[in-house]
Amino acid sequence: MGVNKDLSTELSGVKLDNPVIPASGTFGFGYEFTDFYDINILGSISFKGTTKDARYGNPLPRIADCKSGLINAIGLQNPGVDKVISEELPKLRKCFKKPLIANISGFAIDEYVHCCELMDKEEQVEIIEVNISCPNVHNGGMTFGTNPGAAAEVTRAVKAVTTKPVYVKLTPNVTNIVEIAKAVEAAGADGIVLINTLLGMRINLKNKKPVIANKMGGFSGPAIFPVALRMVYQVYEAVKIPIIGVGGIESAEDVIEMMLAGASAVEVGAANLKNPYACKEIIEDLPRAMEKYGIDNLKDIIGAAH
Amino acid sequence: MNKRAKFKIIENVKIAKDVFKMILEGDTKDIKNAGQFINIELESLYLRRPISICNYDDKTVTIIYKVVGKGTEIMAELKAGAELDVLTGLGNGFNLNCQGDKPLLIGGGVGTPPMYRLCKDLLASGKKPTVILGFGSKEDLFFEDEFKKLGVDVYVSTVDGSVGTKGFVTDVMKDLKDYTYFYACGPMVMLKAICGATDVDGQVSLEERMGCGFGACMGCTIKTKDGYRRVCKEGPVFGKESLIWE
Repeated sequence: MGVNKDLSTELSGVKLDNPVIPASGTFGFGYEFTDFYDINILGSISFKGTTKDARYGNPLPRIADCKSGLINAIGLQNPGVDKVISEELPKLRKCFKKPLIANISGFAIDEYVHCCELMDKEEQVEIIEVNISCPNVHNGGMTFGTNPGAAAEVTRAVKAVTTKPVYVKLTPNVTNIVEIAKAVEAAGADGIVLINTLLGMRINLKNKKPVIANKMGGFSGPAIFPVALRMVYQVYEAVKIPIIGVGGIESAEDVIEMMLAGASAVEVGAANLKNPYACKEIIEDLPRAMEKYGIDNLKDIIGAAH
Repeated sequence: MNKRAKFKIIENVKIAKDVFKMILEGDTKDIKNAGQFINIELESLYLRRPISICNYDDKTVTIIYKVVGKGTEIMAELKAGAELDVLTGLGNGFNLNCQGDKPLLIGGGVGTPPMYRLCKDLLASGKKPTVILGFGSKEDLFFEDEFKKLGVDVYVSTVDGSVGTKGFVTDVMKDLKDYTYFYACGPMVMLKAICGATDVDGQVSLEERMGCGFGACMGCTIKTKDGYRRVCKEGPVFGKESLIWE
């Protein structure tokens, strides 16, 4: 059972052995997970969000547990693009031989451009994922992702400095996701990543204060899967470019459901933090789930629910 | 190498006010030294709960935890025979190479458990540790006898003076002169006070709210003099000299 199943997929000409990609921010720079399994089983890796300058991120606590998920307010901690390229990517390259997705963030358009120019020169990076949706930083991140004009402007600026496919990661914290998706498509985006975390919070009943030092943070985990699925479904109907579906995926069935909604590939986020083997287990379970639902080739089901 | 494995609860008993000792049976080969922790999946909670290792052998690991929130409330209700999904061997533990042969081991509250295995390992390596245990009150006290059974001098302090020296662990430290190094685990205020109360070098084990527990999410990063460090991965044990007290 499950033999001869074709798990491969494609993102703007980049061929992936399977559609499962760890989401940025939940997988470090990949090598941390070699303690658990051979990460070459993955379709690709979207590594930790990179900014022009090194960032510590937000004060602690940065994490709050929730029913069916968690809130994080890391605040884009990363060593800065120069060190990511000189120190982190060589370490990742040693243990991962497949295409990489470079997740970049910024507080001004020229910072996105700077990171993109440098990542463009990295041979193993085959897709640039532009994060205009981080809810945990001020004056950047999500500010660009909640306004169609600003989202388009970042997309155009980044597209101008790379020949690699540019995928724009959008925030669900908007009234009309389709409008933003259309704007980045019109600005030249090669693909869309849906969704980043939902803005949320928890309050500690003992001290009656927010659990997270930054008060609010991004909510992720299985609770947001239906929201992500709905947005992928809506955006698939409105744009022609490929979509990477992300949000609460933790099983092979979730992958299939997300692809039926219109995703060409998926990213797995919070599940990695609960179960470091999550991506491996999903990939290994996909042939069984495909057999169960009469699927021979995953590419055939992209958007099949429409 | 970290590993996920199923562990069976052998024992889960109350040993002090809100404090429980749990013995788990399973594959412990990835636990390498005192000061490491395990990360336990609990039904109905999304994130695992990290708990320091008190002691371990070839097939069991002992943890001691205080009921402080939902996770530990659930743990306290678990019965012998129940099975838990556990990640073991997490974090860097204590380095046994210390200056001199008279290390001082200081545990505050539920910071005490990792000191137990550390004390055993130091004794095995030929050192002569002395132990200070700090608690709020008599009803919070645990493991005094267990440490004494190892054959080391044990001093106790309680904030209300109901057992041992009235005050804090640093009040006991004042009267101890010949220690050559220290190891400490407990509340931040205690660790800061200890580092300020002595000139000798030492190692402290920190506690932080964690996301993953294995270095992926950056949820527990602290600023140190050596740069940003993840409590779960580069820690939880840090050298006194690298810490920045705010």
